[in-house]
Amino acid sequence: MTPETPETPETPKTPEVSAARASEPPSLEVSRLAFAYPDGHQALFGVDFRIARGERVALLGPNGAGKTTLVLHLNGILTAGAGTVKVAGLPVGRAHLAEIRRRVGIVFQDPDDQLFMPTVREDVAFGPAAAGLRGAALQDAVDRALAAVGMAEYGHRPPHHLSFGQRRRVAVATVLATEPEILVLDEPSSNLDPASRRELADVIRSLDVTVLMVTHDLPYALELCPRAMVLGDGVIAADGRTGDLLADEDLLRTHRLELPYGYRLTPRNRRG
Amino acid sequence: MGAGHAHMLYRHGSSPVHALPPHTKLTAVLAFVVVVVATPRTAVWAFALYAALLGTVAYAARIPPGLLLRRLAVEVPFVAFALLLPFVARGERTDVLGLPLSVDGLWGTWNVLAKGTLGVAASVLLAATTELRGLLLGLQRLGLPPLLVQIASFMIRYGDVVTDEMRRMRIARESRGFEARGVRHWGVLARSAGALFIRSYERGERVHLAMVSRGYEGTVPLVDEVTASRAQWSYALALPLSALVVCLLGWTL
Amino acid sequence: MHVPDGFIDAPVSAAAGAVAAGAVAVSLRGARRELGERAAPLAGLVAAFVFAAQMLNFPVAAGTSGHLLGGALATILVGPYTGVLCVTVVLLVQGLLFADGGLTALGVNITNMAVVTTVVAYAVCRGLVRVLPRTRRSVTVSAFAAALLSVPAAAAAFTCFYAVGGTTDVPVGQVLTAMVGVHVLIGVGEAAITALTVGAVLAVRPDLVYGARDLTAPLRLCVGGEPADAPPSPTLDLARAGGAPTPALTPRSPRKVLLAGLAISLLLAGVVSFYASAAPDGLEKAAADEGIEAGAGEHGAAGSPLADYGVRGITDGRLSGGLAGVIGVGLTVAAGTGVLCTVRIVRTVRGRRAGEPSPAATGSPAPRTPRDV
Repeated sequence: MTPETPETPETPKTPEVSAARASEPPSLEVSRLAFAYPDGHQALFGVDFRIARGERVALLGPNGAGKTTLVLHLNGILTAGAGTVKVAGLPVGRAHLAEIRRRVGIVFQDPDDQLFMPTVREDVAFGPAAAGLRGAALQDAVDRALAAVGMAEYGHRPPHHLSFGQRRRVAVATVLATEPEILVLDEPSSNLDPASRRELADVIRSLDVTVLMVTHDLPYALELCPRAMVLGDGVIAADGRTGDLLADEDLLRTHRLELPYGYRLTPRNRRG
Repeated sequence: MGAGHAHMLYRHGSSPVHALPPHTKLTAVLAFVVVVVATPRTAVWAFALYAALLGTVAYAARIPPGLLLRRLAVEVPFVAFALLLPFVARGERTDVLGLPLSVDGLWGTWNVLAKGTLGVAASVLLAATTELRGLLLGLQRLGLPPLLVQIASFMIRYGDVVTDEMRRMRIARESRGFEARGVRHWGVLARSAGALFIRSYERGERVHLAMVSRGYEGTVPLVDEVTASRAQWSYALALPLSALVVCLLGWTL
Repeated sequence: MHVPDGFIDAPVSAAAGAVAAGAVAVSLRGARRELGERAAPLAGLVAAFVFAAQMLNFPVAAGTSGHLLGGALATILVGPYTGVLCVTVVLLVQGLLFADGGLTALGVNITNMAVVTTVVAYAVCRGLVRVLPRTRRSVTVSAFAAALLSVPAAAAAFTCFYAVGGTTDVPVGQVLTAMVGVHVLIGVGEAAITALTVGAVLAVRPDLVYGARDLTAPLRLCVGGEPADAPPSPTLDLARAGGAPTPALTPRSPRKVLLAGLAISLLLAGVVSFYASAAPDGLEKAAADEGIEAGAGEHGAAGSPLADYGVRGITDGRLSGGLAGVIGVGLTVAAGTGVLCTVRIVRTVRGRRAGEPSPAATGSPAPRTPRDV
């Protein structure tokens, strides 16, 4: 097998693009976020980053780096011990939790946890219905979300009768239905066969929404996200172009990240 | 087992009985069973009429009689119990094939068998013609507390998932050469049960996180409303009303 | 023990339905208080677990196997309110989908199997945990006693319903004796499995065992506590440890403990006296039937000592009542010791060889029938 770099199919969003949108508040702004669990175990030590509207960013880190802890802060399930999280300018806090949870769509790792309603349609309708949508507007939202992930025909099926890849796509639809400001995917490629993996990549690429993808699947991050951050020891250890980060072997080694066998990124492969 | 014991009793079809709104069917079955239980046991002919009524429903629902009879097997433990009543009941005795049996006990056997069988048959017809989801919606419509309906709904949704986990644990045990043969293996099996509980509970916590992330605040919004027209109600209630007539005749005759 | 239609007459069924509805209403409020908005998913998953656990077969001997009923287990693991709801939902689904238990008898079934079982199990477990030393072993022992008593208690409750609303005139005393006697045996199996399962959960996630929350209460600090604005240092931990941990649940008053103790003593006395009035031959017959009639349902077996008893008359039984009591108590103690030994072995040998034959464990006769109680 020749060492090969997967192509990044579309032009990466350059800093200029973000700058052009600088007038709007960023989709996500995390500053000096620290958190310790009640048992005293501290997971985050001051996380700082911004994601501009429309960006697709990968958050890389080995198991136990605090990725999931960070994700649970984004919609206020965990509340920051110190620091702030802002979603499109709105600080995450008790005051407007419902609005925050509508704006931040988290797709959890196990679709069986996410799809808890008896049928796909009801599951997709859960979020918008909780936000107060009813009747035709609700049905529209459900139809649009299911169509966006290519699952329109499966509305009346019980979730546990779908394949794993289909369940993951429905899980994406369940959060798309609330038209979130930012889509947060927790290990989206885990347990997917190659075809499902590609189908999900197509879906993600086709969405016009800010994406934060939490993963340790480096080729998938490279394929989908122009920008990447490395979370290590509870802080952002690196932030830059995905290709650059993945070419930095020292960085990867320090943070227990590895490209699959046979892959190596050289500066020659960098874009720009 | 993995594919869903929860669905195996449902028999897909498009009969008029299938099409009835679930809460009308639930009401009808419940009322029917109450009427049957309230019928005097000496009115033997009344039970034959009830059976005929159920037969008509089964015919209308296109449920094959064989299927109905097979599913009656769930009753077997009680048949055994019922058959003992003539031996233990007090009161006047009569000789049947040389055995001194209690008359009251014989009536008791008949009573339990007839009413129990009719009850089981009615439930089987309900389960065979109503989808799970429909049953839950119907129960909620009939005023069962929403929290209870939610719990039932989660149980049914995750029954397969949990059962499947249990099956995988068994396969893992057997793959490592373990075979439970007696009481001394209970420790191992119980640890599996314990692990199953922990997994179930932790999944419950994760499901809750996923729900909260999508705006859950304690109530599941009802998306599908079930409604019934007057015609559907009268159609469904035809069963218990005819049964009521039979019952009243049974008391007066 | 799923009672079918026609077993209990209509008025008593209706009354039982009212009792069940009341108990469920109380439990709904209680569960919401215990679990908050997590009530639905957590109780649903625990109900799914109970449902699945009932399919887990525990081999007894010679092809016979029993299974868990799960009422006592659910109560000890998740608390009485949630326990009642879980078993109720399981019964509801069984009644509606599997025609297992009559619809008119749903009230009787819920009262017996969801309410009586859980209340007795909870009272016994809480009472014992308070009396015994504060160790995990005590929780396991309490779980054993709780499960052991919960099953005959449900059988006694069933007999009460039958005495009031039974459709056939049978000698109630004998039915009670036979039902409770047989169910004590079933209870031994239930108790062993429950105690082992609780022990297994305690070993891994003691915080999840509701019945042991006193042991773990200091670990359950307030959620969402605020660390200092600087990245927390070890002093934070010290501060936390020094500060008063929020008591998740306030301890009960001594009066309640006394009442619980009293209830247990009454129950124990009741069970022993049931034995005392039972003929030993009836008891042995029940055991034999339970062991041999592998294919028969529990009710077939439950009925047979009744038959035996009814035919042979009462005199025999009364004469040897004391002996029967001794046998019953001895049996219970032996089985208890057996389980304790097994638990100890399970604890010490963490590896695969957990179930090494222990004489006491193999000797404990706890035959269970394959189907249904």
